[in-house]
Amino acid sequence: MKVLVPVKRVVDYNVKVRVKSDNTDVDLANVKMSMNPFDEIAVEEAVRLKEAGVAEEVVVVSIGVEKAQDQIRQALAMGADRGLLLTTDQDLESLTVAKLLQKIVEEETPQLVIMGKQAIDDDRNQTGQMLAALLGWPQGTFASEVKKEGDKLHVTREIDGGLQTVSLNLPAVVTSDLRLNEPRYASLPNIMKAKKKPLDKKAAADFGIDLTPRLTKLKVTEPPQRKAGIKVESIEELVSKLKNEAGVL
Amino acid sequence: MAILVIADHNNETLNDATLKVVGAAQKMGGDIDLLVAGKGASGVAEAASKVAGVRKVLHADDAHYAKRLAEPMAELIIGMAGGYSHIVSSSGTDGKNFMPRVAAKLDVMQVSAITGVESADTFVRPIYAGNAMATVQSADATKVITVQPTAFDAVGTDGSAPVETIGNGAFPGISEFVAEELTKSDRPELAGAKIVVSGGRALGSNEAFEQYIYPLADKLGAAIGASRAAVDAGYMPNDYQVGQTGKVVAPELYIAVGISGAIQHLAGMKDSKIIVAINKDEEAPIFQVADYGLVADLFEVMPKLQEAV
Ligand SMILES: Cc1cc2nc3c(=O)[nH]c(=O)nc-3n(C[C@H](O)[C@H](O)[C@H](O)COP(=O)(O)OP(=O)(O)OC[C@H]3O[C@@H](n4cnc5c(N)ncnc54)[C@H](O)[C@@H]3O)c2cc1C
Ligand SMILES: Nc1ncnc2c1ncn2[C@@H]1O[C@H](COP(=O)(O)O)[C@@H](O)[C@H]1O
Repeated sequence: MKVLVPVKRVVDYNVKVRVKSDNTDVDLANVKMSMNPFDEIAVEEAVRLKEAGVAEEVVVVSIGVEKAQDQIRQALAMGADRGLLLTTDQDLESLTVAKLLQKIVEEETPQLVIMGKQAIDDDRNQTGQMLAALLGWPQGTFASEVKKEGDKLHVTREIDGGLQTVSLNLPAVVTSDLRLNEPRYASLPNIMKAKKKPLDKKAAADFGIDLTPRLTKLKVTEPPQRKAGIKVESIEELVSKLKNEAGVL
Repeated sequence: MAILVIADHNNETLNDATLKVVGAAQKMGGDIDLLVAGKGASGVAEAASKVAGVRKVLHADDAHYAKRLAEPMAELIIGMAGGYSHIVSSSGTDGKNFMPRVAAKLDVMQVSAITGVESADTFVRPIYAGNAMATVQSADATKVITVQPTAFDAVGTDGSAPVETIGNGAFPGISEFVAEELTKSDRPELAGAKIVVSGGRALGSNEAFEQYIYPLADKLGAAIGASRAAVDAGYMPNDYQVGQTGKVVAPELYIAVGISGAIQHLAGMKDSKIIVAINKDEEAPIFQVADYGLVADLFEVMPKLQEAV
């Protein structure tokens, strides 16, 4: 089967993002950008399915700025076969991304879409579920294990109470959680090879989908800051503070 | 205007998060109906009828809702959407699973994990692991919203709403429940606990959690949490992870033991009322958010702490 993996270019997870002083947004000038960590996990899973002979081809798609090519190349270096970039300078909402991905799914006809559970910039956790809904496909969200069982896909999901396994008809959408796998580092030879793999570009605006956002960002502010605390010298002092000062024991 | 709140439950008990989600819904304004979809969940429907401020409880009972799989849940909710200006659920893993499906089918951009309600169409939510708060206004006809329960006060349980049985939605028949492995514990539920004792990578093993974290938690009647590193290493199950991509908690007291305080971890606990950090590295970032910090080897001080409380 063919596997499609959508990957997003986001602020690197090590960056502590700051709010712009005019409160219109966060300041992303000159910060390090990377592939969304959950998407790396998704790419890794797709590549493993290929290595296991379950998948024949892994196609990576990103929607974003020209520079998102870097993230596609990284996925190609990890073992994906080809890439597709839908270019736009607009910051698209999940619903719009899901509609664009639906178009790509209709063109590419993958049997499986594996994506991240959450992009760590907007922390929305919804694009995979939206794509599944638009396609009328089942979804295996927050996956910690994916197994093909006959013509079904068994997905073990990280839920609030523990783990849940569901059986999905194919085609299906899976979203990755942290324990699905540990993504590989691309080797230098594979990075060189990835430069020769096909990467197509199309304009996101050419798919006949209204890209206008539904949500207006009225303002972006600093979160409430905690006041600086104190260091205690001993357990006795700690317990006494918790009892007498904080009143929480 | 009316608001449909989807109750969080396990067919036996109504999750306390629902009381907080109703609290958030009240700020949006409008009559509130509470949907209980499950199997054999009449006890939950009865508990739901006591939730203050609820107009009526809508109860759907079918085996397809037993595990609240996203596909049938979304169909049920979409079928009811016509009567509502807002569809609201908690941002637990159930709501996160089915709500975006509802939103997409209604052609709505969901507003995820809100922590504030400014008006019927304007909401506050954390972005970038809580390093910024965005205030967003929705232009969609129906607002589809998930709520971060810890950010809202629970409503009371002195209500008396009628319970109405409703028919099922369509069953897409494309997914099936196979099995579950639920963490069994007599301790309070992590997301709603008043005290949380969390351990990090420094513990080094599950046995160390048992020896150095469990006894304190049990003495305090606390829930246990963990950092991602501790979960990845297999010291604790996945559902103990606190953070940006795990559970968000805001207890009265959060005790972080051998946790460095990465932004992803802070995102899940920095709204706790009192934070205690025990870490042998005085430079550890966790101390920047801790009310009380103790620079010490956890293996030396945890037994003493257990004794002293
Ligand atoms: C996409 C993504 C999502 C993530 N989501 C989450 C999340 O939801 N939750 C989360 O927690 N993390 C998350 N992380 C991981 C996060 O970045 C950190 O790696 C993680 O929180 C570190 O866990 P830790 O503090 O236990 O380990 P470490 O950072 O290794 O810290 C261990 C600490 O223990 C101290 N220590 C060591 N020995 C002792 C001792 N004997 N006594 C006392 N102290 C000692 C050390 O000084 C150190 O500060 C995420 C990361 C990514 C990339
Ligand atoms: N612009 C994008 N391009 C490609 N994939 C995306 C994009 N935005 C979101 N995704 C995918 O959707 C997942 C969930 O994102 P979100 O719902 O925004 O948290 C991500 O992990 C990606 O796999």
